[in-house]
Amino acid sequence: MRRRKTRREQKEFLYGLLFAMPWIIGFLAFSVYPLCSSLYYSFTKFNAVTTPQWVGLDNFRDIFSDPLIWKSLRNTLFMAFVSTPVNLMVALLLACIVVKSFRGRGLVRTAFFLPSVIPMVAATMVWIWMFDPTYGYINNVLGFFGISGPSWLLDSRYTKWALVLMGTWNTGTTMLVCMAALQSVPLSYYESAEIDGAGAVKRFFYITLPCVAHVIVYQAILSIINAFQYFQQVYIIVTANAGVRGGSAAGGPENSILMYPLYIFHNAFTYLKMGKASAMAWLLFIVVAVLTVIMTKVTKKVTEDAGGE
Amino acid sequence: MKRPVMMKKVKKAAFFILVVLLVIVYVSPFMVMLLTAFKTNSDAFTIPVKLLPRRWVTENFPAAFAAIPYFRYMGNTIFITALSVCGQLLVTPIVAYSLAKIQWKGADIISGLIMATMMIPITVTMVPLYKIYSQLGLTNTYVPLILPTFFGKAFYIVIARQFFKGVPDSLIEAAKIDGANHFTCYGRIALPLCKPVLTTIGIYAFLDAWSDYLYPMIFITKPDKYTLSLGLQQYMSEFSVDWARLMAAALVFVLPVIVCFAVFQKNFVEGIATSGLKA
Repeated sequence: MRRRKTRREQKEFLYGLLFAMPWIIGFLAFSVYPLCSSLYYSFTKFNAVTTPQWVGLDNFRDIFSDPLIWKSLRNTLFMAFVSTPVNLMVALLLACIVVKSFRGRGLVRTAFFLPSVIPMVAATMVWIWMFDPTYGYINNVLGFFGISGPSWLLDSRYTKWALVLMGTWNTGTTMLVCMAALQSVPLSYYESAEIDGAGAVKRFFYITLPCVAHVIVYQAILSIINAFQYFQQVYIIVTANAGVRGGSAAGGPENSILMYPLYIFHNAFTYLKMGKASAMAWLLFIVVAVLTVIMTKVTKKVTEDAGGE
Repeated sequence: MKRPVMMKKVKKAAFFILVVLLVIVYVSPFMVMLLTAFKTNSDAFTIPVKLLPRRWVTENFPAAFAAIPYFRYMGNTIFITALSVCGQLLVTPIVAYSLAKIQWKGADIISGLIMATMMIPITVTMVPLYKIYSQLGLTNTYVPLILPTFFGKAFYIVIARQFFKGVPDSLIEAAKIDGANHFTCYGRIALPLCKPVLTTIGIYAFLDAWSDYLYPMIFITKPDKYTLSLGLQQYMSEFSVDWARLMAAALVFVLPVIVCFAVFQKNFVEGIATSGLKA
């Protein structure tokens, strides 16, 4: 009897392994192998054609003495800790709207979510055009109200704020997740609060927010992680503005939007310092891994504190 | 009694104004794209800037298609997209079936690993991948863009697994008592059931492949192999003053996505809402 059971288990194991095999092979080829060789490469020196040569800790010494690294890190941290709360607040506001039932709700939801599915290159193009200091719509609308707008992507004081603004257009996914969370708050909570005479603001802060806190914390950390990987839009912007006054193909005006991952990309494919790029990438990987662990731990804790879900 | 009614009306009006304003803000980039595409370039660069074109023209479209090999890029993009969608649709349900409907020890481990791979920054893997593909002589081919889609993508597998978990085990158990093995269970029971989730995954795969920018940028350097994303970005960096044509080119690039979204909106929303994740 026992033997038969083990045989059955064995069979199931083989089937499971067989069906999961495509992903396992892909995982080894596209994740494990690159991660390991990237670690090795970070102690070597090479470009696209040469073979890697062992240089020990040279790349890391190079990194810590490179002022641009620190600059790019500051830029990335700005995106992580300014853009994240802004996006979360916007997403929560939009979610609070679309969770209500009113006529035209579906269309409103579409309007808020559609930007998130637009190809990044096209979306970034439109924003570059809208940010044009003279002919762009944003400064013309501001001008209509008597405000003279800044040069946005061409002025190092405003470039990052332009990116933050651009990011708020793209909060559709977070909005949907928040919306699902809001829908899961039991209606009876609101009803009893209303009987007790709690106003809308009080209801939001004492019922809604605590009930969706774990989702918000999760989304916040996820969005910080994404900020650490944010660079494609910036790459499109800096190459588009390379010829324009004040522009630079490396990191925008005065490198004000040189993000850490963008600097990795430049080191790898523009300056062909692939060893240094790998070392930088591994440092990034460690940060992201730590954040991911924190994310799972914190979410678990918040959920437990809220009495489980 | 009258005051609360008034208050309610004021509140309703405030809410309405807020919604309308937000909708205008969120829709305006689309309007900018659309309206600029129908302006003459000199019109786009005339002060004061007018929202509507002074003269509606369609000449930007043929001009943009002639300025870059637009249809060639589109063909390349369609080719890559079609194969990518096939790859994802073929592999995703198989892996998801293993994780949700076969009782084996590896299922939980692999599910955890799948979530973990979503967090690996692409900047870490891009150098080794580039190195290996260039050693194999595969840069400037579509292999680096298409091959990974035949090994399953984490986000899609998570969605499909969630779906399969909802399929009652008894269906598969009953078939197994009748002597069916997992191949038959998968092909006869699980796969036909998961058509809705396959639609969702197909749409996501279409969008991902159609919009992808980073992979083509890393692996494709020959202009005649460009995808639309890459071609448009190059076009913009070379002719950054040709905004009317650029917007026309971008509009045609975006149109299939908007149509797809309009038709399958429900699937999009479900995909994100059930997984709580982003592609």
